[in-house]
Amino acid sequence: MNMAVELCGVEFKNPVTVASGTFGSGEEYGEFIDLNRLGAVTTKGVANVPWQGNPTPRIAETWGGMLNAIGLQNPGMDVFCQRDIPFLKQYDTKIIVNVCGKQIADYVQVVERLAAEPVDLLEINVSCPNVKEGGIAFGQNPKALEEITQAVKAVAGQPVIMKLSPNVTDITEMARAAEAGGADGLSLINTVTGMKIDIKKRAFVLANKTGGLSGPCIKPLAVRMVYQVAQAVKLPIIGMGGITCAEDALEFMMAGATMVAVGSASFYDPLASVKVIEGIERFMREQGLTDIRDIIGCVE
Amino acid sequence: MSAVRVNAKIIRQEPIASDIYSMEISVPVIADQAKPGQFVTLYSKDGARLMPRPISICEINVAAGTLHLVYRVVGAGTREFAALQSGDWITVMGPLGNGFTIRDKKAILIGGGIGIPPMLALTAGLACEKTVVLGFRDEIFLAEAFEPYGDVYIASEDGGHGVKGNVLDAVREYGVTGEVIYACGPMPMLRAVKAYAMEHGIEAQLSLEERMACGVGACLGCVCETKDRDAHSNVHNKRICKDGPVFFAEEVELS
Repeated sequence: MNMAVELCGVEFKNPVTVASGTFGSGEEYGEFIDLNRLGAVTTKGVANVPWQGNPTPRIAETWGGMLNAIGLQNPGMDVFCQRDIPFLKQYDTKIIVNVCGKQIADYVQVVERLAAEPVDLLEINVSCPNVKEGGIAFGQNPKALEEITQAVKAVAGQPVIMKLSPNVTDITEMARAAEAGGADGLSLINTVTGMKIDIKKRAFVLANKTGGLSGPCIKPLAVRMVYQVAQAVKLPIIGMGGITCAEDALEFMMAGATMVAVGSASFYDPLASVKVIEGIERFMREQGLTDIRDIIGCVE
Repeated sequence: MSAVRVNAKIIRQEPIASDIYSMEISVPVIADQAKPGQFVTLYSKDGARLMPRPISICEINVAAGTLHLVYRVVGAGTREFAALQSGDWITVMGPLGNGFTIRDKKAILIGGGIGIPPMLALTAGLACEKTVVLGFRDEIFLAEAFEPYGDVYIASEDGGHGVKGNVLDAVREYGVTGEVIYACGPMPMLRAVKAYAMEHGIEAQLSLEERMACGVGACLGCVCETKDRDAHSNVHNKRICKDGPVFFAEEVELS
């Protein structure tokens, strides 16, 4: 039974990673799961300099999901390269580094720095809805997306995956822009911009007013977008958005994703990502599948 | 040993005041390791409610392998927990957080509202001379559980019990003194305790509360602002769930 997949020229032992921002750099969850089980760890977004992030409250539960407005708090690339990469290198798992920035030059600086580091893939965050500059500003304008993709590709030492935002009218237009810019792959979806109001206080629950919606409530939207993008471009896809179990992950793969990422489900159960892997293996045995790659994009 | 996520059996549960519930769970693997000031997270069985509910540990019984949790019903998740009965199961993860740093010094333990429960585990764990000061809005709960451990003074906003006012009014009224303060309660109380401790030049350990997502230090949802640059975050933020919930008063900015 083969669980291994290849994406952007990198071989992964299984198609399951974690979604950026939900897993830190893996250390905290290493207390609960064997990180060697994961196909890859996708780290929280890292910028060229440390970011303080947004004020609290940063978190709100919503029906079947949650809102977050962390604001990409991160320790900056120096600490990340000195501490987090060596930590992850102890494990037999691939490393996907999520990169964030305010200006194109910020992204380029991080990507240049990472070129010499032992990381396997870069995931460029052009879709964070919780920061005022950068982030989604690049992810909602095809021209800006193509431009930043080209700029990052020009200096990258690893394959480049652009992480797309669902907060657009036509996600295939964004996927084509990333492809035109030279992206090696795509990941989708980032969170959906949302809001929650405390009716007793007549106030926003989040200090940032809006936050990114994640969790099972966004899954059908995410599966649909993965399918649309898979039809529109030739690039491989890491699918994510509300995956809590193997059945969810398999939907994404059948819609066209080569890999999947488990996100906020880890908050409910730190073992969620490993349970997804085990569940996919069980499904393959039950269905008599010998190669996981046979189901990628299998829906007609 | 480290934190685990397991199913725990409920030994007993009853309301002890309006919307305040007292639950005892059998969970030896967590009780064995738990320290005063640490917390656990409880999980809803309803898939529409995904966030863990952080609940402070009120009492730790290592011999019996049980934890006593006292919590306030604030929404649908805690309402679901309140409906559970002895013999039912609940998913619990812990122990989480750092807990109090135990000092062998004359102590003042200050608890306000739903910040009172963790002070009970602490008072049981402190062998030194200590005074307990509890603040309530109106209805009192859990106060008698502290009496075997030392002097207990009460303040209530409506004056129905003890001193009319807040916990620091009770400290002043009864001339409570000590060399270290341990406190848990609402933010205005913690701010006042911090100011009092600074003014008197004594150490204060404050247990903070915030909405959490992961509970283990990964998501950065529950940070608090710190005076100095924090080594982990490399910015002026510490994680309440992982680096806390207990902080030294001088290290955190209580906005």
